[in-house]
Amino acid sequence: MALIWQYRFDFLIGILWTLKLSVMSAALAFVLSIFAGICRASRNSFVRIPASIYVEFFRGTSALAQLFWLFYVLPYLGVNLSPTQCATLGLGLCFGAYGAEVVRGCIDAVPKDQIDAAAALNFSWFHTMRIVILPEALIMMMPLFANLLIELIKATSLVSLITIPDLTFQAKAIISKSYSSGNVLLVTLAIYLAISLAASTGMKRIETALSHGRVVRGVR
Amino acid sequence: MTELFSWDFALEVMPPLLRGAVVTFLATVGGFAASLIVGGVLLGFCRSSAAPIALFGRSLVELLRSTPLLIQIYFLFFVLPETGIVLDPVVTGIVALGLYHGAYVAEAYRAGFDSIPRGQWDAVESLRFSRYAALRHLILPQAIIPLIPALGNTFITMLKDTPILAAITVPEMMFEANDVGSQSFRYIEPITLAAIGYLIMSCIAASFIHLLQNNLGRYK
Repeated sequence: MALIWQYRFDFLIGILWTLKLSVMSAALAFVLSIFAGICRASRNSFVRIPASIYVEFFRGTSALAQLFWLFYVLPYLGVNLSPTQCATLGLGLCFGAYGAEVVRGCIDAVPKDQIDAAAALNFSWFHTMRIVILPEALIMMMPLFANLLIELIKATSLVSLITIPDLTFQAKAIISKSYSSGNVLLVTLAIYLAISLAASTGMKRIETALSHGRVVRGVR
Repeated sequence: MTELFSWDFALEVMPPLLRGAVVTFLATVGGFAASLIVGGVLLGFCRSSAAPIALFGRSLVELLRSTPLLIQIYFLFFVLPETGIVLDPVVTGIVALGLYHGAYVAEAYRAGFDSIPRGQWDAVESLRFSRYAALRHLILPQAIIPLIPALGNTFITMLKDTPILAAITVPEMMFEANDVGSQSFRYIEPITLAAIGYLIMSCIAASFIHLLQNNLGRYK
């Protein structure tokens, strides 16, 4: 434990980077997933097909391959992104694709009568989405988004391989400085566990707040 | 060297990438087999009538599910040798994949068993089937069909997780791509080809799972 205390600042830097990357890429993924999900649920094939290509491509390839592609290949194409930008973009794009499927599934699960009712009230497409469909779909999405958020937090450990000093990178650095691996890795595991538990508790809170006063199919 | 994507160089890097693809395939299949076993054992722990064992099982599942695979791989890679167990990196990787995904497989098994109506268990009992015969002839054939999509997902996710094994020097496809890139200073072709390789492999796996599902679903 003395060893852990000695390297507490290294751990702290790692935790901050992990949190920062999780928040930034989760924000990007959320926006992308809502946008791509609505496009995929659309009947218009000009919108649906590009969104489908995006989703299938990013779900079909490995997250690490995507990160490496952004990190190693883009500079040769004349686009220089900083490692942080690569990591945020890579994780955001990847989890945006997973999220888009969640959004599409939940939009499809909103009862069709609701859409008919919106049409009967002469709501525009935008209003139907914003007032009728999304608020209901969002409650159904929350448990699935909570899962994805945990996945995303775990996936941030991959950015250590593109030179970002996140928790995993710091753990490895401490191991090579101190020649002791067991304790360091146990503490790292515990920190990730704590972050994941905090995130899932937070998401539960949001879910409860969103579903306040509503009874929606799929949620008790 | 001036052209953006050189087909000659792409052909040149194919042999190491294909060698890597074979390792990727073996690691995925090995990891999948391991996760099927680990999942069964974990479910056995969780369903145990002894409270401490059940608690241990549930904590283990929670721990495996909410910490990053990369950290678990490092843990096995660095800590096992300290306890005197020296494994080949490929074997370490297969064990790590099996443990990490085993926790998800346990959940899938649980859902499969829970999907069997209570009446079926009663019927088994009233017909005086032995426990083994009941599982073999009645319960498993019914439980396995709803399991296929979940297990198929696990397989594809595992395929996309194998590049993480490159971090512990397993010579799989991403490792080879990186290796070729660092020798020739050309990353575009190897990493792009590797990404396409994962896409092709996951598409093949997905269509195979569809086939399996349709064939087994017939008897329902």
